[in-house]
This record gives sequence, structure tokens and C-alpha cells, in this order.
Amino acid sequence: MTTNMEQRPPEQSTEKLRIIACGALAREVLSLIENLPHIELTCLPAILHNSPEKIPDAVDKAIIKARHDGIERVYVAYADCGTSGTLDKVCEEHGVERIAGPHCFSFYFGNDDFIARDEDDIYTFFLTDFLARQFRAFVIEPLGLDKHPELRDMYFGSYKKLVYLVQNEDPALDQMAEEAARFLDLEYERRVTGYGDLSSAIKGLA
Amino acid sequence: MADEEDIVLSELSDDELVLQMHDDLYDGLKEEIEEGTEILLARGWVPYKVLTEALVEGMRVVGEDFRDGILFVPEVLLSANAMKAGMFILRPLLAATGAPKQGTMVIGTVKGDIHDIGKNLVGMMMEGAGFEVIDLGINNPVEDYLAAIEEHKPEILGMSALLTTTMPYMKVVIDTLKEKGIRDDLIVLVGGAPLNEEFGSAIGADAYCRDAAVAVETARELVNRKHNQMATA
Repeated sequence: MTTNMEQRPPEQSTEKLRIIACGALAREVLSLIENLPHIELTCLPAILHNSPEKIPDAVDKAIIKARHDGIERVYVAYADCGTSGTLDKVCEEHGVERIAGPHCFSFYFGNDDFIARDEDDIYTFFLTDFLARQFRAFVIEPLGLDKHPELRDMYFGSYKKLVYLVQNEDPALDQMAEEAARFLDLEYERRVTGYGDLSSAIKGLA
Repeated sequence: MADEEDIVLSELSDDELVLQMHDDLYDGLKEEIEEGTEILLARGWVPYKVLTEALVEGMRVVGEDFRDGILFVPEVLLSANAMKAGMFILRPLLAATGAPKQGTMVIGTVKGDIHDIGKNLVGMMMEGAGFEVIDLGINNPVEDYLAAIEEHKPEILGMSALLTTTMPYMKVVIDTLKEKGIRDDLIVLVGGAPLNEEFGSAIGADAYCRDAAVAVETARELVNRKHNQMATA
């Protein structure tokens, strides 16, 4: 016989929690916290992705602001993102957790699967929904390829394939991702990942 | 007919032409650099002087402005392309005219990593500084480094990585050099966006080089120090 206690769903924390996320994850995190009113989202500019050395300082300031706003529970929705552990140091100093993984595309992929992937995948350039949508603003323009397309092979000459990791099925994004592959002169592949480890990480906060 | 504002390179004095080539390198003007290089050679400049005074000096300014945040990667790549075009003309002539040699460097991106922009810039600047550069390319397992060291007997080994997931492989290479008893025969330089000095010393490299200009300065200094040590030994 089971007790009433055992039949009850696990208790959800109602303590206010702020997620500090890369702007590139905004849509996905918002959809995951839709029915969790005690969780709020603050995004930092996604373009920090292109200068990762600035991420730890930006996250540090955002955590300090959260605490100043009276929010003790903070979660960082950034992978290491090329910060070489310096983002982890910031998180440790504040006693805050971040989502595991080296890159956003690795947690979409699933971090364990990402580590175990084929050696051929090192020649792969990954797009997420965000990067497919913002390919021009986050890849073409910052790399100067709009003005100097002749630089393309200096940046991408070693890549063989562009893999679009699909978070949400959308034919318009498929088309953008395919166009990106054509622009970079790379073979195109599409893999549906959904939200991968991001989903379990955010649900684990509830 | 040329526009009044157009600069005719062949009409400039040597000093003016060299300064103009610095500007053209800064602006990434490949054809102008090719033309300037040919003009200086035709005027009797030895290839090494063209390389150091016109090309390397121009790239030094590019490197400084990149470090100071005035130039960005696309501009640096355009400058590098222009310098490469000049070096393409000079390379066979340098060998034929016995240009001074600073030493040999084996350089490559580590296993699992295919990023080579930084490595290529370092290789180019090292070559410009008078080093013979053996470029192993991308995705190099330790065996590739060992084979190149065996074959070319370099003074310097350079390793590059752009990913936090691949940079630990540099330690695998250095540890293997230690096991083989050849670590101290080499100056090991490491570089790449996610690295820092702390990482470089933790893995046992001789130096972390944050950019190509620093790599050249460091290589020169450490090679000279090694020569001095050998002379006094």
C-alpha cells in the first residue's frame, strides 16, 4: 500500500530563481520556463559569443545585479563557450551552477554524445536554430565575409560539412541553414536534437 | 589614364615606396604589394631587405593595431594575404641569396582541432623573421610532431589550439617529449584563443604567445638565450 505522501508529485521550489543566459538561448529557455512563474530570465547579448573573453565579466556583473535585486538563486545558462574555465571560476565565487558542456551545440547534441561523436565530426561546423536565423549577423558580417568573400576559405577551408542541429522544426530555418552551407561551400546535414541537455538542466531547476 | 589621386608606385623614391607598402599592407592590397616587391627587387634591393623593411615592418604595425583593438581579424587576414603574395615572390630568392637563418620551427594545430588562422599567421611572421617553418597543418597527433622533430631537428616546436576541448592535448605532446628525453632539446611555444600564460606554464611549455608578433619576439629571445647557454657551457 502506498501512502498519500508517496503519491504526491515531487515538491517544486517556489523560491525565486533567475537564469542568466546567453541571448542565443533566449527562445529555448523562455519556452522551458513558460509554466514556472518563479523562474525569470535575464539574457546577455548573444554577440558575446564572438568575444568569449568578455563573457565571465558580463556574467559576474549579472550575478551581482541579481543578488542586489534580492534574488539568491541564480543559474547560468552558458556552456564554457571558449572561456577556458574562467566562467566556472566566476560561478564558483558566487556559488552558482551553470549548464554543463563546452559549447551550446554540445548540450543540444547531448554532452555525452558530443564527446563520443565520430572523429570526422571535427571537420563539422555546427549551426543551431539561433545561428541559422542569425547567420548573417553572427557569422558573415563579423568575419567580414560580406565585404571580402575571398576570405571564406581562410576561415572555413578546413571544414567539410555544416550540420544544422534542429531545436524546433521550422522549414524557414531549414532553408536558412541550407543557404549557410551553400555560402560556405560545405556539405549540408540536418540532425534533429530538440533541446538536448538544456531541457533536463532547466527542468531540474523547477 | 590614371586618376590624379592615384599613386604610381614606380615613381616613388625607395623610402616613399617602402612607406607606401606599409600602408598597402595595412589596407590588405595584395596586387600593390606584389608590384612594390617587384619594383624594389628591380632596383637592386636584396630580397632579405625587401622582406624585413617593406613586408615584416608593415605587418608589425598591423599586429600592434590588432593587439590594441584597432584592427580586427578580417583586416589582419587581408594584410596577411597581401604579405603572403609578397613572400611568394621573395621565398625562392631568399634561399638563393643566402638570407640569414634564425632557426627552424615545426608548427601545427593539435589533434582534434582544425583551426589554423592563428597558426598560419604565426608561421608567416616567423618565416618573415628568418625562421625556416615546417607547417604540419591541422589535427596533428603526437606522432606527427615526433616525426617532424626527428626529420627537421627544429629549435622550436609550436602548437596551436582554438578549442578548450583540444588544448589539453598540448600536454600529451609535451609529456611524450619528456618520455622520449627530448623535451629540453626544444623550445616549446603554445598559442590559441582559449589559452593563457597560466595554462602554458601548467602544461610545461616554455612560453604562451598571445599573438604572432609575441611569438616572433619570444622565439628570437629564447633561441638567443639557448645559443648563449650553449656557448658558455
